This record gives sequence, structure tokens and C-alpha cells, in this order.
Amino acid sequence: MAKVAVTGMGIISSIGKTIEETFHSLVTETHGISKTDFLDTKLKDSRLFGEIKLSNDQLAEVLGLPADHPYPRTALLGCYALREAVKNAGITDLNSCREGFINATSVGGMDTTEQYWTSYKESTEHLRFVMNHESGNITNIIADFIGLKGFTTTISTACSSAANAIMLGARMIEAGQVDRIFVGGTDALSKFTVNGFNTLMILTDGYNQPFDQNRKGLNLGEAAAYLVLESDALVKKHYRKVLAYITGFGNANDAYHQTASSETGEGNFLAMSKALEEAQISPEAIDYINAHGTATPNNDLSEGRSVLRVFSNNPPEISSTKPFTGHTLAAAGGIEAVFSILALQNQVIFPNLNFVTPMEDVAIRPETTLKKKDMKHVLSNSFGFGGNCSSLIISKAE
Amino acid sequence: MKKVFINGLSAIGAQPVFEGFAPEKFVLNNEETAFCPVQPSYKEMIAPGAIRRMAKGVKMGIYTAHHALKEANNPVPDAIIVGTGIGCIEDSEKFLNAIIDNQEEFLTPTSFIQSTHNTVAGQIALEMGCKAYNFTYVNGIVSLETSIQDALLQLQFENKKSILVGGVDETAPTTVHIYKKVDRIKEYRDDEDFMHPTSKGTVYSEGAAFFVLETEKKENSYAELTAVYSSNALSKEAVEQFLEQHQLSFSDIDVLFTGNDGSTQNESAYLAFEAYFPESIRAMSKHLSGHYHTASGFALWSACHILKNQEIPAVYRRNQLQKSKLGTILIYNYDQGNHGLILLKAC
Repeated sequence: MAKVAVTGMGIISSIGKTIEETFHSLVTETHGISKTDFLDTKLKDSRLFGEIKLSNDQLAEVLGLPADHPYPRTALLGCYALREAVKNAGITDLNSCREGFINATSVGGMDTTEQYWTSYKESTEHLRFVMNHESGNITNIIADFIGLKGFTTTISTACSSAANAIMLGARMIEAGQVDRIFVGGTDALSKFTVNGFNTLMILTDGYNQPFDQNRKGLNLGEAAAYLVLESDALVKKHYRKVLAYITGFGNANDAYHQTASSETGEGNFLAMSKALEEAQISPEAIDYINAHGTATPNNDLSEGRSVLRVFSNNPPEISSTKPFTGHTLAAAGGIEAVFSILALQNQVIFPNLNFVTPMEDVAIRPETTLKKKDMKHVLSNSFGFGGNCSSLIISKAE
Repeated sequence: MKKVFINGLSAIGAQPVFEGFAPEKFVLNNEETAFCPVQPSYKEMIAPGAIRRMAKGVKMGIYTAHHALKEANNPVPDAIIVGTGIGCIEDSEKFLNAIIDNQEEFLTPTSFIQSTHNTVAGQIALEMGCKAYNFTYVNGIVSLETSIQDALLQLQFENKKSILVGGVDETAPTTVHIYKKVDRIKEYRDDEDFMHPTSKGTVYSEGAAFFVLETEKKENSYAELTAVYSSNALSKEAVEQFLEQHQLSFSDIDVLFTGNDGSTQNESAYLAFEAYFPESIRAMSKHLSGHYHTASGFALWSACHILKNQEIPAVYRRNQLQKSKLGTILIYNYDQGNHGLILLKAC
């Protein structure tokens, strides 16, 4: 059984710039879905987004960066959240042990690339941003920002990216390859992704309604979130406060379609089953499922079916928190790991907002109000394009 | 620690490498700074309609993955892990141009779907019906290295037996144009020798290479893949430590394979690294393959053949040292702050 300690976390999303703000929004049912103020898209009149209400200039100022910095928004959000995580963990001895940073992003520096694409071709004015299109450079910018030297890598498995970053970090700690590792993901809104999802016809024109019979698709959001994972030895040596443990993880491929899930959610089933196997617990031990629940017709159907299969038609409480934040793509697994830890620390289940009518085909009834419950184990799902399916089990600190 | 062997491999690149290892057929391109790959027809394994639709990176990935697996007697892989620096950039460009040229109107999803970084790994899984662990790393010059690192983690610590791992990268017209503007790709000068660069910018290209890594040594094993290291900082002490972990010192490295990419920007890092290994045969391959984020796949593919054949073709050489036996090869790559090492042993 895996048992990797989480000793810190940092998050920024449309429902909060700190852990406290985030938790407050979750328990007061305050969502962050709105018209866009910053993303310049033709879809701004017909779609709603989980946009963080800080401009790039404001973010740069908060981060203490010069005005002519070469950082895309994805990097700015990542720098912000990782700095929060380091602070939250109370780390003052960076680079004193074998350390690393596993970042996840799907969009990389696309927000600046799309903004300056024509300028890149014709002028020399914005060329400082060119190389920071690359996802790997986003990761190194963030590592450099906090001053981390060591193993860095970037995972891009669409909507499951950050869950995979957490999984890899836990595995590297388990194998004794690193003592401390920062894991999570960052994605900014971009015209590229927003239009991409729009061509796939999976964006709602209202507020997303996971697991509702009349769901019409997702709201896209932006966010960054990171966890600090530490080895047992380090936790003991420094008397570190443990927030929660990563105890299970599973990764599988649906191998069905490039952008759609199979009807039965085979990949989802395999990912959840592997996570339970890794954690060496039975399905009944799971107290709450933080679902992927994007509110697309396809995801919620296949996720619902696979959940019923794993839990023999008797799943524990389940909710999707995407009505709060929108779908934050590569960051989703990171912010939802933070939500799962908050759920365990406070022993509350966050509501699945906007749910009205149960699905006809699948007997999934999400929690619609804040609920108190004694919980030990939370299952967090992240499923993405390319058939990438990942599940994490996060367990309460003793 | 369990040993890991390379039991199958295949590559596509700026040389006719998909046909096998025939360095006598390699042609040095001294006329261009962005090389075109020599591609197979794909007809033997991909339907004609699909060939037209498929992204270049997907085609190169599927082809080389298929042939690497075939060489390893078609194991069912326990994982598919792909590294790519910039993914299917041609489709990213297409979708981006469509958004900008048509002011976000009349868009179709095809190029968006193909543009996501995990397309190649997803398509390989789809093609094979493989539901196993599936990962995509997108971390600049060490994208393939971290993919191999993950494979080693699974083979050495997590009881896995057979893993398909590879790297793939594409070029696209506007990216090449912009890369020239930022000195990422050099402007052609007829007085410059890429092996001894005098100007900024790499010689650029694209390609793919896939490998089957297994815990079982077989008759057709190419080499033992001993270890991989990647970091955003690298000191001589760190290299020494890495070698010591595998009971080696600097002088034990028979062949040092470096990623010199034709640019003066990275040349100093390579020269500094080379200086740690005065007793090693020095080799390079980017004058043959061009530079791309996963060009270390071309180097690894070459190194495997060199170990198996116990002979280093002149076209790779940077010095004329001779060794009676080629036992150990170290591959080093550096770019944009990332350092990557791959350690191989003859088996």
C-alpha cells in the first residue's frame, strides 16, 4: 500500500486565491462561473467561464515580476500557486534534500502565442514570449521562480494531467528516488482551447450541471494547484504536519476514441480498480467520490456507469465540483486533490451545484447540499482526451 | 536492482533509418538548416485515407512503435509512454491559423483534436487496443529521458515486464519561420561546419524513435538500459554521483554521445561536459538527425546499434580514440536549462 504524506498545498482558481478563500467558497456554495473580463474571444457573449479575476499585469505585480517579463498566463498562475504551496508547507530549506517538481499543463504558453501569433510572423516586438510556448519551459519558469534545483518534468495527458503528476510524485517517493516533490498542474484559459471545445460542441451556454439529465456541456475554467509530497523519513525528521496521505492511484487507457469515453467507461473502471488495489482497500471503504463530472453528456454517462460497476451499484456520496470552478483541464486533478483534502480535513462533502433532474440511464444521485460525514478515504477521478483515465485515493491524516 | 534491456527499436529521421542501421547510406545535409525526414510509405500499415488525415507525428509514432514491438516479438506492453517537446505542432498551427484568419468562425475540430500533446500515445493505444498505463511527457530536451525514467521506475520497482517508450516531434512551416527569427534555427551560411558552429541557432528537423524495454534479456537484446538522469541543474559532482551509483567513474565511459546541435548557444555546455571525459570516444548525431526535442531518440537508437555491433561508424565520431571493447555509452543532452543523461551497457 502506498502512503505518501501531503505536507502542503497551494491553489488559485475562480473561487479563491488562497486555501481559506477556496474553502469558504465551497461551503457557502459560491461558484466562480462568469462572463469573461480578460479572455478576448468571440464566444464571450454566449459562454461562461471559470476565469480568475486578475489580469496578467496584476498577477505579475503580485509575483513581483518586471513589466517586460516573458511569462505566459499559465506560468504566472503556476508561480502563484507553487509559491502558496511552499508557504503553506512552511518550507524554508528548499534544495536541502533530493527534490523535484512535476508540473502538468495542456495549454502551455498558448495564451501568449495566440495573442502574438501575427506579430511573431511580421514583427520583432513580442518575440521574447516565443520559446515560452513550450510546456517544459513553463515548468522551468515556475521551478526557477521558487528557486528549485533538481528533477523537473511536465505531464500532458489532457484533463488527467495533474492527477498523473500527483501519481508520479507519489511513485517516486515510494521508490525512494526523491525525498520531497511538488506536484500538480496549471492551465490558463485560451482562445485556442475554448474554440477547440466549442467545435466539439461540448460547451454549455449556461452553468454546467454534472450528472443532470438535461446537462448541456461544460464551462471551461483556469487554475493552478500544487501539493507538497514528502517521504516518511523527512516527515519524521522535521516533525512535519501531515495534511493527508496519497494512498492509491491508478492509470489506464480507455482505447476507445480520441476524444470520447466508451459507453461503459472501461478505462475509468480500470483506473478506479487499480487505485483501490494499490490502496489495498475495498470499494466500501471509500467515503466520498470527487467525480470528474464535467457535465458533458458523454463523460457523466460513462463515469456514472463505471462508478456503479466499481461500487456494485451502491456508490458512496458523490459530487462534481466543476460547477464551482469550471473544467480547468490539466489543473483539474490538482485543484480537486486540494478539494478532496479539504473535505477530509473538515469532514464535509461539497455539493454538486446546479443538479435538478436525475439521469434516466444511470442511477447516480449526487449530493446537492453541504453534508457532514465521517470520512477516511476519498476517491478523486480525472479522465481525459486520448483515453487517459486516472484515479487517486486520498486518505485522512491520523 | 533489476536489469532492463532494450529488446526492440525503430526510428524515423532525417536519414533512412526506418530501414535499419546502415550508416553508409547517411548523407550529410550541408545545404539547409531545417532537414526533412526520410519517411516510409506507411501504406503497409495505415489505410490510405488515414494516412492523409493523420498528423505527421502520429504516423511516425505509430510506425516506429509498431516496428519496435515487432522486433521484440510483439509483447503486450504494460505501459505506453511517449515524450514530445512540442507535440503535433502542425495541427496546432492549422487550428491557430484558422482561429485568427477566420476570426473564430467556421472552425472544425479535426486539427484541434490532433493538436493535443497526448495524441500520439492515445492513438498508439487506440490502434493496439491497449488499455494499460498511458503517459505523455512534454518537457523540452528531456521529454524522452523522463519517459524512459518512468519506464525504469515501473520495470525496476513496480514489477512491470515490458514497456513501450518513445519520443516524437514535428516541424511546421510557421514555427520554423519564427524559430529562425529568434535564433532557434540558424540561417544558412556556406562557410559554417555544423560540427564546429560559429553562429547561433540549431540545425533543425523532426523524427520519432520507439523502444521496447523489458526485464528479460533475450538473444536479440541490443543493450542494457542502466539508468537515466534529468535535472534543471547539473554539476560535475552530480555526474560523478550518478556514475558512482552504477559503479562507474568518468574513465569507464567508452563512448560519450553528446547532443551538440549546431548552435553556439548550447556549445559551451557540451564542451564543458565533454571535458569530464578525456578518455572516452566522443560521438554525436545531430549533424545527421538535426535537432528536435526528442532527437536523443535518434542518438539512443544509434548507440544501441553501436553496442550491438561493437563498432562506431566514422560518421558519428568527434575524435579518433580507439577502444578494444565498447562496453558503456553515456548520452548527454542539454537545452533551455534541461540536462539529460542516458546510460547504456553492452549485454
